[in-house]
Amino acid sequence: MKLLKLQRTMARAVMQPLTAAERSQRKAPDGGSMRAYAARFIKPNDRLTSFERLEIYNRQYWFRLFSSMAEDFPGLRSVLGDRRFDAMCKAYLVDCPSTSFTLRNLGSKLESWLRKNPKWAGTKQTLALDIVRLEWADIEAFDGKAEPALDAADLAGASAENLRLQLQPYVQLLSFKYPVDDLLLAVRKDDEDTDFASNAFQEKRKRKRVQAVAKLKPATIYLVVHRVDFSVYFRRIDAEEFSILTALRDGQTLGKAIQAAFTKSAMPEAERAPAVQQWFQNWATLGWFCKQKLPKKKAAVA
Amino acid sequence: MPANRFNGFTEYGIGIGLRAPHYDHILSRKPVVDWFEIISENFMIDGGRPLQILDQILEQYKVVQHGVSMYFGSAERPNREHLRRLKDLVKRTKTPWVSDHLCWGSVDGRYTHDLLPMPYTFEAAKLTAQKVREVRDFLEVPVAVENVSSYAEFHVSEMTEWEFLNEVIERADCGILLDVNNIYVSSQNHNFDPLTYVNSVPAERVAQIHIAGHSKYRKYILDTHDHPVIDPVWKLYERSVQRAGHTATLLEWDDSIPSFQEVHDEALKANKFLASTLLATAV
Repeated sequence: MKLLKLQRTMARAVMQPLTAAERSQRKAPDGGSMRAYAARFIKPNDRLTSFERLEIYNRQYWFRLFSSMAEDFPGLRSVLGDRRFDAMCKAYLVDCPSTSFTLRNLGSKLESWLRKNPKWAGTKQTLALDIVRLEWADIEAFDGKAEPALDAADLAGASAENLRLQLQPYVQLLSFKYPVDDLLLAVRKDDEDTDFASNAFQEKRKRKRVQAVAKLKPATIYLVVHRVDFSVYFRRIDAEEFSILTALRDGQTLGKAIQAAFTKSAMPEAERAPAVQQWFQNWATLGWFCKQKLPKKKAAVA
Repeated sequence: MPANRFNGFTEYGIGIGLRAPHYDHILSRKPVVDWFEIISENFMIDGGRPLQILDQILEQYKVVQHGVSMYFGSAERPNREHLRRLKDLVKRTKTPWVSDHLCWGSVDGRYTHDLLPMPYTFEAAKLTAQKVREVRDFLEVPVAVENVSSYAEFHVSEMTEWEFLNEVIERADCGILLDVNNIYVSSQNHNFDPLTYVNSVPAERVAQIHIAGHSKYRKYILDTHDHPVIDPVWKLYERSVQRAGHTATLLEWDDSIPSFQEVHDEALKANKFLASTLLATAV
């Protein structure tokens, strides 16, 4: 068997889902028996059959990927419950196997996949989608690029009318239908405490968490997931703030961004200017703006 | 012999893997450690805390890069994005050499994130060596390939694992990261004499040595890096340094990670064997 063919044959078996008992399936990817499939390319030894040797890799693959998903999406796990989460992960990873050299990117398609496959999002679909978006934004904010921060000198002579401000690449702007920031922080706190708790205590905590998720009421929130001193924080902002920041991120001028933010705003006219001033002060202090990246000059055409 | 062209002519001593649970201890206590090995992929990112920690470590310690997903043995070409990010990291760490595994793990652009065993064929050796050369030429640093632990063997194999390793490194003209724990694990899983393996490796190409612990199951041994090094593995280490000299040595401990001091103390046990090597050279 040539190298490429052997690797394709083995990868298909390794990536095939496990049974409910976390063993290799009896049926091979080609529809035949897995025992015969394994025996075609793997040697048995005095202790293990070809099937059993292949099964070691099959199980390792799934255990590693499940562990990575559970680590990256503890919030979704608490929303779906352990069993439903595991089943969802299996279905997701069958449809979207890793195409990146790093496990960091394993959940990059989870939100879009859940939208296409809503049955896996459970009974609280909006909540599940909200928490996935937050958890992925958290990953992006954690190790996203930071450009040099904008300083006052960069704004010298600029007019609000034409000024375009660029947000740091790691800054994530999100709106949610549920207060998922509180939920995720509670789940994380719970997990930290659970590390030192007894089994009975863990069970009690688990029940408490399930109740907390069940009780969570919808409430629209606007959130910035950002970094301060390399730690990720969630900062709730007003709808108008969210509108301005989103417009700036999309390349609008400062003037247009502010104008658009207040078209449907209930904020009294007199409060708007001081509010905008305060927001900008906060955003600048948090370092959310970066120096403008000039587009590369096109080569001159003779 | 320990300082050779495969490890950038360096004389590194005994290091340990840089792992997140030890960051605070290392940065606040600044323990004396010869060097740290990092998992390259953990730092092939755009920004944030991991790179900030790495930069602080680099201010005080020597760092060597060890990869887990280059998959020299995969039949597909190296991923350009992977190479570009790896090269950026090489420039940042100034690692004297980089290492990764003699294995495969991806096919048709899909990654298993595992170190899958190679079929020991001439076709595979040729292709793997070509890929090692390509990676080395792109990165512009010496490359050392590490033997992996394995749990399966293939019908198509035409040689032993150590013959395959030698075939690859000679064709690629690269170094070896000799993992004596992996040799032990595979020897138990495949019924061969681990000393034969150690004695068959060209000592002049050994750039670095890995030591680690593993887990024993009823019918096989799994390379788990979650235990101290056992005596039979120390014996293989002793034989390796007798042959290759005072080689850069690294203890891997990746799961159920104990305190920094415990990991470092375990690694420093290697000194006993290195000292006897130096003594033997002196007399």
